Amino acid sequence: MAQYVVRRLLLLIPVVIGILLITFLMKALIPTDAVTAMYQGQLSEKDAAQAIATLRAKYHLDLPWYQQFYFYVADLLHGNLGESIRLRKPVIDEIGYRYVNTILLTGASLVIALVIGLVTGILAAAKRNTWLDVTATTIGLFGISMPAFFFGLLLILVVSVWLRLLPVVPHGPMAILLPALSLGLIEAAPLSRVARASMIDVLRRDYIQAARARGASETALLLRHALPNALIVVLTVVGLQIGNLLGGAFIVETIFSWHGIGELAVNAIQWRDFALTQAIILVSAVTYLVINLVADLLYAWLDPRVELVS
Amino acid sequence: MSDILIEEPIFHMPSRGRQLFRRLLRNPSAALGGSVLAVLILLAAFAPLITPYDPFAINPMGRLKPPTWQHWFGTDEVGRDLFSRIMYGTRYFLLICAVTASISATIGTTLGLIAGAGSALADGIIMRLIDILLAFPYILMVLVVVAILGPSLWTGMAAVGIAGIPGYARLVRSTVLTVKREDYVVSARALGASETEILFFTVLPNVLSPLIVYLSFATPLAALLASALSFAGLGTQPPAPEWGVMLVNSRTYLFSAWWAVAAPGMALFISIFGLNILGNGLRDVLDPQS
Amino acid sequence: MLMTSPPSHAKPLLDIRALQTQFKSERGTVNAVQGVDLTIAPGEILGLVGESGSGKSVLALSILRLIQSPGTIAGGEILFDGRDVLGMSKKELTQLRGRDIGIIFQQPHGCLNPVRRIGWQVAEPLRHQGGLDRRAAWDGAIALLRSVGIPAPEEKALAYPHQLSGGQAQRVMIAIALALKPRLLIADEPTTALDVTIQAQILELLRESCRNFGTSLLLVTHDLGVVAKLADRVAVMYAGRIVEDGPVAEMLVEPQHPYARGLLRAAPRLGNAGAGRLQDIPGGIPDLSRPSPGCAFAPRCEVRRSLQLGRCLTEQPPFQTSHAGHRTRCWATDRSINPPQSVSEMSLPLEGRP
Repeated sequence: MAQYVVRRLLLLIPVVIGILLITFLMKALIPTDAVTAMYQGQLSEKDAAQAIATLRAKYHLDLPWYQQFYFYVADLLHGNLGESIRLRKPVIDEIGYRYVNTILLTGASLVIALVIGLVTGILAAAKRNTWLDVTATTIGLFGISMPAFFFGLLLILVVSVWLRLLPVVPHGPMAILLPALSLGLIEAAPLSRVARASMIDVLRRDYIQAARARGASETALLLRHALPNALIVVLTVVGLQIGNLLGGAFIVETIFSWHGIGELAVNAIQWRDFALTQAIILVSAVTYLVINLVADLLYAWLDPRVELVS
Repeated sequence: MSDILIEEPIFHMPSRGRQLFRRLLRNPSAALGGSVLAVLILLAAFAPLITPYDPFAINPMGRLKPPTWQHWFGTDEVGRDLFSRIMYGTRYFLLICAVTASISATIGTTLGLIAGAGSALADGIIMRLIDILLAFPYILMVLVVVAILGPSLWTGMAAVGIAGIPGYARLVRSTVLTVKREDYVVSARALGASETEILFFTVLPNVLSPLIVYLSFATPLAALLASALSFAGLGTQPPAPEWGVMLVNSRTYLFSAWWAVAAPGMALFISIFGLNILGNGLRDVLDPQS
Repeated sequence: MLMTSPPSHAKPLLDIRALQTQFKSERGTVNAVQGVDLTIAPGEILGLVGESGSGKSVLALSILRLIQSPGTIAGGEILFDGRDVLGMSKKELTQLRGRDIGIIFQQPHGCLNPVRRIGWQVAEPLRHQGGLDRRAAWDGAIALLRSVGIPAPEEKALAYPHQLSGGQAQRVMIAIALALKPRLLIADEPTTALDVTIQAQILELLRESCRNFGTSLLLVTHDLGVVAKLADRVAVMYAGRIVEDGPVAEMLVEPQHPYARGLLRAAPRLGNAGAGRLQDIPGGIPDLSRPSPGCAFAPRCEVRRSLQLGRCLTEQPPFQTSHAGHRTRCWATDRSINPPQSVSEMSLPLEGRP
């Protein structure tokens, strides 16, 4: 197993380099020099020229691109993600606590999505073609088509205004409930679909029939024999959907004023604050990579058929 | 052997295309989804004829009016008729679908074909590229492009389109690789067909089915993402009557004028739902095993 | 090797009467099993022979009521040790399966859960139905694996199914099936998917295990050689019906029913290299969704044609007992209406007795 982990980590290196290049290139592709744009029209020409020169030296903007790239990576390794031009402070300060918030939101949504998705999927597979199945499948279809931002607004409307269950802007631990529900309920739909399909497929296999022939009860068949096999497929899909969850979190944060990096990213792009945008994208990409790696390892650990040693 | 009772049913086989089309019409999902799509197209085409008001006409006196006979869906925060704006919104929706799908599908399919049917070197290079692109979740890719190019309807569409390329490329590549190994390709080659002939007449038609199914699912997803962009202010900009833009504008009036939120939201939901159902139907007919 | 069958007056362990199993399909109702009568005595090995589509696997599954929609058991009776299987409640059925009747299938790997270790799978019936605790069940599993000939069972028990060969996997299946010492073991084509060299070992294992525990064995197969090796009695099935059954010695030397004769003739023999083409039975099995009023084999039957028996096409022949324990369903061999037929010379099948 350790060998497998090392091998996967090594394979990541070219990808990481690629990410770094792309995020670096982002800055390079910007039509106007950010520094110049920032100071133009604000100071007298002489002061502006001096300020620009200082900043250009500070940000190495006069050097050839590969040297800029070197400084970029070196800065990163020192934990320096740059300075937000708009906010006038180091990016890393701003990102720090927001990152945790986004992880919290994504985590909570994932839990909701998994629980609801698995339960409905398993039930639908067990009671195939009954009203339960049909309802679950239809609701699943709705979920896939529902925009997360609309659903979030609907939830606020229904829960806070019509039913008065929560204040419009909740405080404390309850604050995560609505945003996590918006994301989680919607994400539960594809998971439920996959869980159902996977369970149906596994239930058709010979070893289930063999276990039934040995006198296993239908519940035992479902939960003890079939589920561990079906989970493997579900896990693969979860890995693929993490990207959607992260992305959905970005949008949902803006609706519920959830102070995560998504909200920050949206603002950063609107402000055209490139250091900030670049840093957020870098952080998000690396997080996504790590999550995928964990999912792969989990999958390899769960399915004994996966070749761990080449 | 004359008294061996063997029965042989006699079939008349209609052309495969017509067979498929007929099955499509009979499939309830495809029929429903197809109708939704047809309605959208009709509304988009005849929008000027069915809308009583100019979707851009501001009326400060009649802001946030609930649905009445004069304004079927009510008015928005600057007094514009919601019904008209929703109707014109179908044009934006269809445009987004078409543009994003075209970009993703054409570039992605080409890349996939080259990777699958071309040299191993080409395959290697393209797949490395795709892997790197796929390291970014869909949303991030979009954000990168919008960040560089600045937010607007066209950059939003371009971003979503570009972000969709890896998906198509991977699908086409793996389909081509599978089809390449099939016996009917080997026999075509053995019968003297040239590689280009094989590519276009044997491989490509078999790639079409999974491609169409993928398209039918990826497009609503792309449309959803584009609307999300508009909602975040990173795509279509106001005052365009695009549904995502309408949602973000009326969001502040959620409690006082919920209809201004419900109308664009439901329009989005119904349209995407229709496309997804159509995708289900297409999949049932074209690729029943999955 | 030659075993005489147990006395037929002993009360049968399994008594199937007029069993009918049907499947609903777009073409109509397919009668996979049409009125089967079969008995198995305690400790007896019965070989059930037939080609693909004869309904033998469906029959095997029906005994344990493993037929699921769109299939259904439409009629008849199944008595196990005097108990009515078709009338059993879910709870009684769960008890029956595994504890009283065991079953092994054709694809050993397909029947093993890929994500669980072998030891766990063998121990599971011991734990959940045998009531043993984890430790005892695990030890019992090791012992079982040893008894079916798995070398180094303590280590092998930790392996996963995909790490086993076909023969080993089938041995594990046998261990699982016999874990609770059932009175009857059903083996549905147990060696068909295995290499020829392994087949003999598995068959030997089956025979030994059954003799040791006194378990009856219903061996479903299309291979006459397998039957010759193991069975005490043989029943031949065609198009959902039993057409002949009797002691193995007689059935493999001089079967009465034309279909059974055809099967015997079609079996390839050693030492006949280049002695001519294999003799097949012309035609194909009938459409089971349209049962004919007469004998199902009649359209293909040489004997019917040469004797010009119109009755075969219009009337279903009943069982005629030729002598103790040997009965046939055929108008041509029906001694009550026809004089005994001259029987062409038969040689023994490939794996038969000298």
